[in-house]
Amino acid sequence: MLPLDLRPGYHVNSNTPSDEYLIPLRLTWNPGPLEATGFAFPQARMEKYSFSEKPLSVFTGDFQIVTHFKAPANAAPGPATLTGKLRYQACNNSMCLPPKTLDVSLQVEIVK
Amino acid sequence: MSRIHVAAASAALALLLASCSRPSSSPTRELKSQGQRKPAPNFSLKDADGNAVNLADYRGKVVLINFWATWCGPCEAEIPWFIEFEKKYKDQGFAVLGVSMDDDGWKSVRPYIASHKINYRIMIGSEVVSQQFGEIEALPTSFVLDREGRIASNHVGLVDKVDYQNEITKLLQDPKSVAIRDAGSSVLAGRMGAGVRAGQRP
Repeated sequence: MLPLDLRPGYHVNSNTPSDEYLIPLRLTWNPGPLEATGFAFPQARMEKYSFSEKPLSVFTGDFQIVTHFKAPANAAPGPATLTGKLRYQACNNSMCLPPKTLDVSLQVEIVK
Repeated sequence: MSRIHVAAASAALALLLASCSRPSSSPTRELKSQGQRKPAPNFSLKDADGNAVNLADYRGKVVLINFWATWCGPCEAEIPWFIEFEKKYKDQGFAVLGVSMDDDGWKSVRPYIASHKINYRIMIGSEVVSQQFGEIEALPTSFVLDREGRIASNHVGLVDKVDYQNEITKLLQDPKSVAIRDAGSSVLAGRMGAGVRAGQRP
């Protein structure tokens, strides 16, 4: 589970933006001891902004992205660090910030 | 079968989205006084047809330089205004120059120009040009230049159409500056009362 906290007044496009030109929120994990088998994004909000005629599919405030991992049968027990990247693009009601890609990491314990 | 215990979620990440820079929206609303205006940095970029666009060639025109991107909703809202301004004021010595900050350049921008029927010149920006204009941190960011190539106003974020319109019309009517058409397509700026009159070479 990846907790995210967005500055008040800002939004990021959801993982399924409502316009082809908009940059989706995307989480990817690098190859490691665990395999990502799926993601669960929160329900996107359809928000209307003054700059857009149509509501946009966005995330705001605090939200979480859940990743489902699978441990291979031969996974070595013990602590492991998963690393990945989160790409997002944020705007407020009047301006947009350039897209950013953040390094993310997750400490896990693999137990037999 | 192995099980996974999450020992610690990425603590840093919880705050990362919030730590993005937050440029303040700073519409100037009024034109800078003559004394406050500084020359706009020159740049040379290629437009969608591959032709060089040198800002210096626009000396003598009122120019609206708009930094934008295809992924920027507020930028999209302004585009119809700029299309209208380009049509309405072009013959009075006005031009819009759009500088796209899309990372993938023409791949995204070319179809966008077509789908939005953009009638003004678009170029792909660069980090260098961004820095020349004081580090473009948020989009849209626009600069309105007087006929002498000086920055008369700048806007970060979406502002009212009427604000742009007022600035453009004021600058076009500025009695201190007249456009003089050269033999070619370039124009020169001159000052009335300094031995220069419209239609004459300095």
